[in-house]
Amino acid sequence: MITRGLGLLLVASSMLLSSLASADNPFIVVASTTSTEQSGLFSHLLPAFTKDTGIDVRVVAVGTGQALDIGRRGDADVVFVHDKAAELKWLGEGNGVTRYPVMYNDFVLIGPKSDPAHVDDGKDIAVAFRKIAAARAPFVSRADKSGTYSAELRLWKDAGIDIAKDKGPWYRETGSGMGPALNTAAAMNAYILSDRGTWLNFHNRGDLHIVVQGDKRLFNQYGVMLVNPAKHPNVKKDLGQKFIDWLVSPRGQQAIASYKIDGEELFFPNAGSDS
Amino acid sequence: MHEIAVPGTIGGVDTIAQSFELALRMLTHFDSRLTQIVGLSLAVSLSSTLCSALIGLPLGAAVAIARFPGRNGVIVALNAAMGLPPVVVGLAVYLLLSRAGPLGEFGLLFTPAAMVIAQTVLIVPIIAALTRQIIEDAWAEYREQLQSLHAGWWQAGLTLLWDTRFSLLTVLLAGFGRAAAEVGAVIIVGGNIDGVTRVMTTAIALETSKGDLPLALGLGIVLITLVMALNVGAYVTRGWARARFG
Repeated sequence: MITRGLGLLLVASSMLLSSLASADNPFIVVASTTSTEQSGLFSHLLPAFTKDTGIDVRVVAVGTGQALDIGRRGDADVVFVHDKAAELKWLGEGNGVTRYPVMYNDFVLIGPKSDPAHVDDGKDIAVAFRKIAAARAPFVSRADKSGTYSAELRLWKDAGIDIAKDKGPWYRETGSGMGPALNTAAAMNAYILSDRGTWLNFHNRGDLHIVVQGDKRLFNQYGVMLVNPAKHPNVKKDLGQKFIDWLVSPRGQQAIASYKIDGEELFFPNAGSDS
Repeated sequence: MHEIAVPGTIGGVDTIAQSFELALRMLTHFDSRLTQIVGLSLAVSLSSTLCSALIGLPLGAAVAIARFPGRNGVIVALNAAMGLPPVVVGLAVYLLLSRAGPLGEFGLLFTPAAMVIAQTVLIVPIIAALTRQIIEDAWAEYREQLQSLHAGWWQAGLTLLWDTRFSLLTVLLAGFGRAAAEVGAVIIVGGNIDGVTRVMTTAIALETSKGDLPLALGLGIVLITLVMALNVGAYVTRGWARARFG
């Protein structure tokens, strides 16, 4: 009975696995950020790319820091992230070849409708950050080496606040992705910096809404890079470059611009710029 | 699964009621993406249960019957390893399978095979430790009989495994349960890639991140229902086999 059971199990699982492993198309692995995946951009973009080229794209969506690390280890063919300073450092270490700007969106400051720090409808993000710190209003930080966290640290600096020194119990470092951090902020009625795409696609908003947007310091640039094939011979150089070329081509740029949620454009193509 | 997504509400009774409604709809309407995710979950967890059985059953029996120096240490280690933290196992397997790691040339990272490996590492100790206990008890009972028949170690082990087969089925179910319920390891080594390595637990984690709590909990209810159905199946089979082959 055990042997028969095991035999059945063996047959069943090998059948299932082989049916699942029947990937017909060539594929590349792209390490990218939770913001591109969770905003729904990839499920809009990738079918069009696959249709044009016959190449499947397998997306591993993590924070920018982890995505760059996956590329550094040679476990992805392409990285598609949003932290220019970190990207240039990564390139400088020989992990990739060229960085292509692809698109931008923006960060927004999210906060509770009760607005304890009185920042609602502000246009100046530095002023808003100063007010939050002064009011000791609850603020949820990603604190996870993501692109959004890098941007948040930059903004504290712009506001003239040394957050490492100034933080108290009001500043809550969750060490989690954008979505989980938003869930935390919704539960605690806290302020939080988010990329617009993830926010628009986020359902569990509770009492939160956008309190500050439109400041040019909230600009969020995305770049794409091929992992260095000279360092990692397993990298699918041609297929990966095809993906990059498609993203920055008029067709790819048009596909990015056409992704909307509730009529609102999420990402603005800007390939060829020097952003 | 986008078609069945509903606008979320903040926590509470509404969410839970909505989740059950969604789960019911998912269980009665076969959404092709959901079917694929469920299929992959079952395939991965059944494969790792099988691999673990092939390693854990003989290992447990050997430790139960054999006497060697350091045996107590092995028993304690096996028992302790039942509580291996999945996220640590995931990280270790990730580093092993990474292109920059010792097994990198096989290119297994971010594939279902990597998930099977991680789950196998997690459940071999469970199967081996529980098997060891069961076989040891049976060995105490049948030792003299087996020795009077001049059964060798090998033969004694096989006989005891066969004699305790009904108890061992429960052991396998415990291993399968741990594998199917686990998220920390498979999300690291699988990467939660849509259509390739997305299983029930990682899909639940993803929907939670998107703040779609009713859908996340709905998927959870589907997962629990499946594991329940599998256990009912095993229980019925066991009853039938016991009546027939006793």
